[in-house]
Amino acid sequence: METLKTKKMKEVHPMEDVLRMNRIPHIWCPGCGIGLAVTAFAAALEKAKIDLNKVAIVSGIGCTGRVAGYIKLDSFHTTHGRAIAFATGIKVANPDLKVVVFSGDGDLISIGGNHFIHAARRNIDMLVVCVNNFIYAMTGGQVAPTTPLAAYATTCPFGSVEPPINIPYLADSSGAVYVARWTTLHIRRLTNSFIEALDKKGFSVVEVISPCPQYYSRINRLGDGLDMMKFYHDNTEIRHGEDTKNLDIGFQGKIIMGKFIDRERPSYTERFD
Amino acid sequence: MKANPRDVLTGVHYIDGDVAAGYGVLAAGCKFVAGYPITPSTEAAETFARVAPKGNAMFIQMEDELASISAVIGASFAGVKSMTITSGPGYTLMMEAIGFGAMLETPFVLLNIQRGGPSTGVPTKTGQADMMQSRWGSHGDYEIIAISPDSPQELFDYTIKAFNLAEMYRCPVMIMSDECVGHMTEKVVIPPAEEIELEPRRLYNGPPGEYLPFKPDGDFIPKMVKAGAGYNLYISGHVHDERGYPVTNEEFKSVYLRRLVDKIRRNKDKIIELKEENTDDAEVIVVSYGISSRVAVRGIEKAREKGIKIGNLRLVTVWPFPDEKIIDLAKTTKAFVVPEINYGQIAFEVERCCHGRANVVLVPHSGAGVHNPDDIYDAIVFAAKEKKKIEGIVEYKTKLEKLVFEGGFKLKE
Amino acid sequence: MKTDPKGVLVGSHYLSGNHACAEGALSAGCRFLSVYPIMPALEVSERFLARAKEVGATFIQMEDEISTLAAVLGASWTGKKSMTVTSGPGLSLMMENLGLGVMLETPCVIVDIQSVGPGLGLPNRPSQGDMMQARWGSHGDYEIIALAPSSPQEMFDFTIKAFNLSEHYRVPVAVMSDEYVAHLKEKVVIPPANKIEIEPRRYYEGPKDSYLPFKRDEDLVPRMVDIGEGYKFHVTGLTHDDRGYPIMNEECQEYNVHPLVWKIRNYVDNIIEVQEVHVEDAEVIIISYGATSRAALKAMEQARNSGIKVGSLKLDTVWPFPEKRVAELAKKVKAFAVPEMNFGQIVLEVERCSYGNANVFFVHHGEKGVENTDNILSAVKQAAQQNSVKDGIIECE
Repeated sequence: METLKTKKMKEVHPMEDVLRMNRIPHIWCPGCGIGLAVTAFAAALEKAKIDLNKVAIVSGIGCTGRVAGYIKLDSFHTTHGRAIAFATGIKVANPDLKVVVFSGDGDLISIGGNHFIHAARRNIDMLVVCVNNFIYAMTGGQVAPTTPLAAYATTCPFGSVEPPINIPYLADSSGAVYVARWTTLHIRRLTNSFIEALDKKGFSVVEVISPCPQYYSRINRLGDGLDMMKFYHDNTEIRHGEDTKNLDIGFQGKIIMGKFIDRERPSYTERFD
Repeated sequence: MKANPRDVLTGVHYIDGDVAAGYGVLAAGCKFVAGYPITPSTEAAETFARVAPKGNAMFIQMEDELASISAVIGASFAGVKSMTITSGPGYTLMMEAIGFGAMLETPFVLLNIQRGGPSTGVPTKTGQADMMQSRWGSHGDYEIIAISPDSPQELFDYTIKAFNLAEMYRCPVMIMSDECVGHMTEKVVIPPAEEIELEPRRLYNGPPGEYLPFKPDGDFIPKMVKAGAGYNLYISGHVHDERGYPVTNEEFKSVYLRRLVDKIRRNKDKIIELKEENTDDAEVIVVSYGISSRVAVRGIEKAREKGIKIGNLRLVTVWPFPDEKIIDLAKTTKAFVVPEINYGQIAFEVERCCHGRANVVLVPHSGAGVHNPDDIYDAIVFAAKEKKKIEGIVEYKTKLEKLVFEGGFKLKE
Repeated sequence: MKTDPKGVLVGSHYLSGNHACAEGALSAGCRFLSVYPIMPALEVSERFLARAKEVGATFIQMEDEISTLAAVLGASWTGKKSMTVTSGPGLSLMMENLGLGVMLETPCVIVDIQSVGPGLGLPNRPSQGDMMQARWGSHGDYEIIALAPSSPQEMFDFTIKAFNLSEHYRVPVAVMSDEYVAHLKEKVVIPPANKIEIEPRRYYEGPKDSYLPFKRDEDLVPRMVDIGEGYKFHVTGLTHDDRGYPIMNEECQEYNVHPLVWKIRNYVDNIIEVQEVHVEDAEVIIISYGATSRAALKAMEQARNSGIKVGSLKLDTVWPFPEKRVAELAKKVKAFAVPEMNFGQIVLEVERCSYGNANVFFVHHGEKGVENTDNILSAVKQAAQQNSVKDGIIECE
């Protein structure tokens, strides 16, 4: 007798094409915003009109440093702070590739700050996604170059005395051709920014403000991930084209978002030819 | 000089190694720590950041490890005892400035809580694979001192000793601990301040006009002054003469550079500290350091129960290496067993000093864990039975290696 | 595989060591050079850059030595043979990414033109003070390969050899030269391209979806693919499995790191090359490498003329160290004399591998000039007279 053939429904993740499903679940804590940034990026990859075989993604070290491992592209998890330098090598050696650097504020702006400045100056064609959670989270909550003045961290138990860095201003003044900032609440706009930046020739920077409920919020008593999302909802303002000088973020102060810079400059590989 | 009571948290504590080190830094009179977050050493930096105001000391988190160690060298010339705290990858980034510090004969201390390597490796678990790096990691010729503590109590005690050695010999001193000791919680007894002996900075007191920053005393070591004390100090990382001015002459190289190695090599006997047990008539001697020496104890005891004459040599000071001690012991013993959490580093040094007189059995470990004491025991038994002289290091095949590479083992996440 | 004729400047040339190195790189098929300016290695990039356009090679000057090696690793994964050139202080800064190169098993070549250290030292004087650093400078346990050229011709030859070894074993290879050889001008013969044997990259050739970036071949070396070919692979500096995914336990650490050591240690016989002269009847052997071996060979001749049976063992490959050969020779000779332009580095290895069978004399070389043989000769004489084996290294003043 012939056996009855039943069609089995297979559960398919909507982003299976761009995510490494065999590595899920990821390592991020509940309420963390990095997953949202990844979701937005994955959506952008699907929507952008680029050959995904020709995209390489490079991360440094830290919570956001793990992103490369979850994105189904040629992906590199490198040393702390050196993601941009590694990506520069890839781009310059093979200009046909699209290169994305996905890392955190400590990795890109503190230990990798010099590479950030110089890659922007050279206008190496790459998209740099900087997830800014105001703290070193992987190592347990130390002060970061983005930690707002007077915020607490484990290595500044009496409140930070260092003025934080303004990432869009740094990118702007170093020569980036595309600079935008969004929070992880503004997924649709963030996704659109990613699509635009992926299409851009030159050094593009997208800063993603993200909650860190486990360290930044806990040490500073700011509640959980949802509380931070509510905070973003109430305390953000979109100002496209705003002068990047005015984008400092104070402790629980207003966050100005938007696309600040979108300009044309010949990229390094174009000049090299 | 005695420690300042304000800096000493006298009493009996139940703390982990990283915290004990943080307390030790304060007790040693250190007034400046610069660091950068890195697992598994952050607790030591955090501890110091928390207690620093008590000792009127300062913690600064720099933008990376290169900056951290440079700040430490600067602070040392400003006249305060200073240190940095890090782990493998950060330690590697410090290599450039460690050579620079050695060249300037800067007293400072570096705490390396070793983790599994190479590269990013296993950040949260233990390793002992930076031992050769501590000696050879920077370019050019220099000598440093490295100490390897095996308990939170020792992390406290030897942190103080490290500062004393740094001041005495004007060289970088490395505390080569590891994640296991750093995260081990045990009783730590902190004595009253008057029982803690500190080495003060060897300051020059003469008139400014006559001061030569690199003119050595009888024991090869020049006196220092504080920046800002009116001496108009000039310090350069180039090969320099007694005035500190750059020279390019070949003979100066061998005169001035030679002192950088000689001041340690010729004071070796004063620097080296070892812990020895039953080595006089031992047929096999276990040579170990750091966490491995604690794991080895079980293997040693088991071997002793089985009637093997077993000795135990623990290297508290790993660098400078106790050449003479190993040479002497090699004359009377059959073999050395060297357990270490790497694939052979200090074992090479033991082999070198044996001069073919005794066998050397390495018990390796990948890192991310400590030895199985049975491996050490088995290696001891093998070494005791072996009658032939074997040229080269015998690498003992551990249970872990057999598990992973033999018989269809599958990795689990 | 034969090399691409485009990069080969066939003929007899009068070149400095640095220029010969650049020519060697181009002949080996190197198409990416990333540097940061440092004395005395500048001329390599100058020469490379001068020829880059016609050969179709890429050059970038980065913001520091850290990023330099990072860029080299990135470039290597695009399929281009890549190299960087530096000197002591730069090498110290590269140590972090050297470790990454080892962990990602990335073929690349690092040329170190050694000058006097530590610190800034003497940037324009030769030294051999980075030899141990090349082996031990990065944290964690690993093995690398290091070659030591002693002439511009060898700078050319060894640079090609370095690329071949690095492709074959998928490990960063260091060419440990020094300021003397780098600035020395001599005749360099560049053979035609069809005489230059090149090790091709060991590419994976199976189906795309079953590619595992760290699945080892029988000789423990995994296969590579280029970025942008659709393999969508992941690699990480964390301890990883065959897929390149991080796993944080001791089994995986053993699984990942032990083969990094084995893939070199098990093949030392294929890797190591030494040059021996008059070792058969020698009672003293001078063990040398790099620039020092120029004086060593002269000293050997001079000593032979005065009746002392001296031989020479020149280490073309310094790491992995030729343990077996040194141990064999130690049984035959009275002593080794080891001249080095440092305060004793490779001599420690010689002591280790002598197993008490021969005396080991250390000669602090170079004060009177690199080609001067006085110190070596006096050590050799002393060594020939010494009949009993002493403990430890005997240092000659």
